[in-house]
Amino acid sequence: MSNPSNLKYTASHEWIRSEADGTISIGITQHAQEALGDMVFVETPAVGRKLKAKEECAVVESVKAAADVYAPVAGEVVAVNSELDNAPEAINADPYAAWMFRMKPDNAADVAALLDAAAYQAVVDSEAH
Amino acid sequence: MGAKMVDFGGWDMPVNYGSQIDEHHKVRNDCGMFDVSHMRVVDIKGSGVRGFLRHLLANDVGKLALPGKALYSCMLLENGGVIDDLIVYFMNEEWFRIVVNAGTADKDIAWMKKQAAEFTRHLPVGDAAVALSPASGGKLDRGAPQLEIKDHPEFAMIAVQGPNARAKVWQVLHDTKARTEALQVFQATDCGGYFIARTGYTGEDGFEIMLPAAQAESLWHALAKAGVKPIGLGARDTLRLEAGMNLYGQDMNESVNPLESGLAWTVDLNSERDFTGKAALLANPPKRKLVGLVLLDRGVLRGHQEVHCAHGTGEITSGSFSPTLEKSIALARVPTGVQTGETVQVAIRDKMLAAKVVKYPFARHGKGLVSL
Repeated sequence: MSNPSNLKYTASHEWIRSEADGTISIGITQHAQEALGDMVFVETPAVGRKLKAKEECAVVESVKAAADVYAPVAGEVVAVNSELDNAPEAINADPYAAWMFRMKPDNAADVAALLDAAAYQAVVDSEAH
Repeated sequence: MGAKMVDFGGWDMPVNYGSQIDEHHKVRNDCGMFDVSHMRVVDIKGSGVRGFLRHLLANDVGKLALPGKALYSCMLLENGGVIDDLIVYFMNEEWFRIVVNAGTADKDIAWMKKQAAEFTRHLPVGDAAVALSPASGGKLDRGAPQLEIKDHPEFAMIAVQGPNARAKVWQVLHDTKARTEALQVFQATDCGGYFIARTGYTGEDGFEIMLPAAQAESLWHALAKAGVKPIGLGARDTLRLEAGMNLYGQDMNESVNPLESGLAWTVDLNSERDFTGKAALLANPPKRKLVGLVLLDRGVLRGHQEVHCAHGTGEITSGSFSPTLEKSIALARVPTGVQTGETVQVAIRDKMLAAKVVKYPFARHGKGLVSL
């Protein structure tokens, strides 16, 4: 599965989708879900929480490991995808549909400055042994 | 096979071939195979082997009467710490076979040789020749130990596990059926070239097949062709954890003794027999014990998380998600006062989550065994 070109990415393997209302949706990438394997638990941040860029704010746990999810930019949490509570495996099935939380960014320019699909792919390739 | 590989003590091992949870269920409900060639086979041969092993091991090989019968045992330091856990097979009075863990194999063999040298040296005068692997053709006195300890890194091992495992093995290795059909659980037979044991690390029926490495690939492919699915290390870990089987290095090591590791049932302290580590075990009654935990809140229990209970603090030694129970489970070392049924608190990141103390195994033979 290639990384959708309409999304932004971080080097810590989050994807970011800009919504029509100015918020952003955040999930983890295909590469991240594949490395972690079968998801069994998702912990999302509280709605209303103010986050700094790169702050730890969510957790995904597979059978074999736990991984932190980081805020891609500074902003406020405006929604969480509670459907993942009972179906964390949705992240494995379709990582780009399984958004974890939404934020209202402090600065829209911060989002524009994130990695595009090609730059993110370069990060993934550089991590491969 | 499309496996995701990981370095495991210098061995490139597959963590999972596809979904780890699917692999787990496959073994519980049908069968699957594991490449466990990293496990080391050590043969101890010669006269007096049984006497030596009764001294070396915490469990008593004196119980092994039927040829091929096996025993799970710890091998202890003088202070009672666990050097390794192993399976020992009684083949005949001059041949016992031991299978040890990969990461500890070299240390184990060095320890066995040192213990063998001391054991033979301390035999009462008159018990004659004291020699390891005597090269001389001269006849030694009856009862004089002449032990040869030899490991076989050239052996590969394929474990086929699950309710349909034996039938699949017979389908592929028909010639072995006559010899292996009557094997009891924890019994092995040498089928010439193939050493087949009815043992495993999953809580399911099945065989562990030891064979020359050169033949392992063709057996693996033949089993795959017969429909046996390859299973990775990831599912091996959740299967053994559900089955309540300890993992050396995680649930016990040289700094803890078997009585504090849920292995009192493998240690015989009541008989006259003396064995390495016995005096230390008798002198130090256990202050901690291994219990099972099932997480009541949402999350995943992991090794090294702190467990807070009314009687003090303990620590999770192995934790994961149980695909059979669809809950997180763990083994934890806690103060001995902790009771089954009690609710304890586990520190996970910035939270304290509730877990229930349960008797384990959590699951075996296709079924969950814990009801909350």
